[in-house]
Amino acid sequence: MSTTTIAAIEVELTDDGFLVRPEQWTEDMAPELAMREGIDELTPAHWTVLRYMRSEFFDKGTGPTVRMLGKTSGVSVKELYQLFPKGPAKVAARIAGIPKPRGCI
Amino acid sequence: MAHRVVILGGGTGGTLTANRLRKRFDRDEMTITVVDHDDRHVYQPGLLFVPFGLSAVEDIVRPRHRQLRGGVDFRQSGIDRVSIADNEVRLSDGSTLGYDVLVVATGAVLVPEETEGLVGPGWMEKVFTFYSPEGATALQGALRDIEGGRIVVNVVDMPIKCPVAPLEFCFLADWHFHERGIRDRVELTYVTPLDGAFTKPVASAELAGMLAAKGINLVTDFNTGEVDGAGGRLVSYDEREVPFDLAVVVPLHGGAPYVARSPGLGDDLGFVPTDEHTMQSKAAPNVFVIGDAANVPASKAGSVTHFEGETVVENIVRFVSGEPLEASFDGHASCFIETGFHKAMLIDFNYDTEPLTGRYPAGIGLPLLKESRLNHLGKLLFEPLYWHSLLPGSDLPGIGALMPTAGKHLPAKED
Repeated sequence: MSTTTIAAIEVELTDDGFLVRPEQWTEDMAPELAMREGIDELTPAHWTVLRYMRSEFFDKGTGPTVRMLGKTSGVSVKELYQLFPKGPAKVAARIAGIPKPRGCI
Repeated sequence: MAHRVVILGGGTGGTLTANRLRKRFDRDEMTITVVDHDDRHVYQPGLLFVPFGLSAVEDIVRPRHRQLRGGVDFRQSGIDRVSIADNEVRLSDGSTLGYDVLVVATGAVLVPEETEGLVGPGWMEKVFTFYSPEGATALQGALRDIEGGRIVVNVVDMPIKCPVAPLEFCFLADWHFHERGIRDRVELTYVTPLDGAFTKPVASAELAGMLAAKGINLVTDFNTGEVDGAGGRLVSYDEREVPFDLAVVVPLHGGAPYVARSPGLGDDLGFVPTDEHTMQSKAAPNVFVIGDAANVPASKAGSVTHFEGETVVENIVRFVSGEPLEASFDGHASCFIETGFHKAMLIDFNYDTEPLTGRYPAGIGLPLLKESRLNHLGKLLFEPLYWHSLLPGSDLPGIGALMPTAGKHLPAKED
């Protein structure tokens, strides 16, 4: 656990970089969180995925896995990897300020 | 009037639920009907041994109806859909079954066709799975004939049944080729979408160490986008490649197809949203779920199904009596991991506690997260227990539904 300042708000991050309190997240934080993941610019397609991740999280209590995203977000798995090359579900969850998707047990 | 209970699926969960309910209620209190599309109950843990000639499919399959107690009706039919609003199941032949309580126990199915190329050229020739009886048998022939080369064992994506099985396959393959004296001519590689050998940290480190000790390569964070059987390569979505001469693939899993045809029953993968402690579905209060069909964050494994059984049955009893349900299921899983050379490991965990070292079920007991001959004997002994104690609905000696902590090396509590 570490504390850092993102978009002028002090937040806590887990050891693997997920926001501890998703309700602290604002859209202003996303570009800065994206930079930490090596994504310099958030396109409208990125935003589609980020907003979908958040709505799924608040609806179902966990963010979707890549396979779920590919089936339901309207963005194909191939495109998801182009948008978030280091692994869509985890990276998008970090940028969207939600916990690590718990699809894998 | 008798309560009408309909159980969809005559596998581990459906069978033990039917038998336990039959012991609790007389026929004039409750009718119990189990529906399944065939009459072949597969002891699924046995599939792991088939490719190595250590077991044969005909030895691990028994008739479903024979595992059910007298007074449980078995209906062999496909399922078209469930109508939650009408409390009714429509079968493939067009007939309907009304219910007061429905139990969804139809498990998980393999969907290899969802992965590009997997069922294309090379399928069942150089690309196999041991997750089906046909696949396991075909793989036996291929392993027998192989004289060397690159073998990859690949998990396409989670969730899968028995998440330790592909690792066990690696360990048994290592042993198999040692026995044949050609281990030095075989390159074994485990390719997983996870960021380690397993999902939970302590066990993941332990298992990664075992892979390394046995000279098995580990490729992590590999999300398989394509299986190119003709070209002999796995291709990930981020465009990495792993070449192979023989691929053993665990395909994507989904819920039974009728779940998707039943409005409001399942999620996007066909699993049924379920309360993780009561095993009541979120679809309707009179629908309960057991085993791999549930979307609860526990392993899809027979031991989990067995432990869920107590909760499911108790809550059906409470539901029909109009009493509040008990939130008693803790996510308990207990898995033997075959490691070859007549040895096995045991892991035991639940929603809150990851697999730890120590002993099971208490200070004197089987060693946890550690190879031993005793654990291998435990795994072998489990098969007769499965048919003769677990399915009939008896309690297993010394094995409770709740995860024990007595023999475990628990980390110091943080304040």
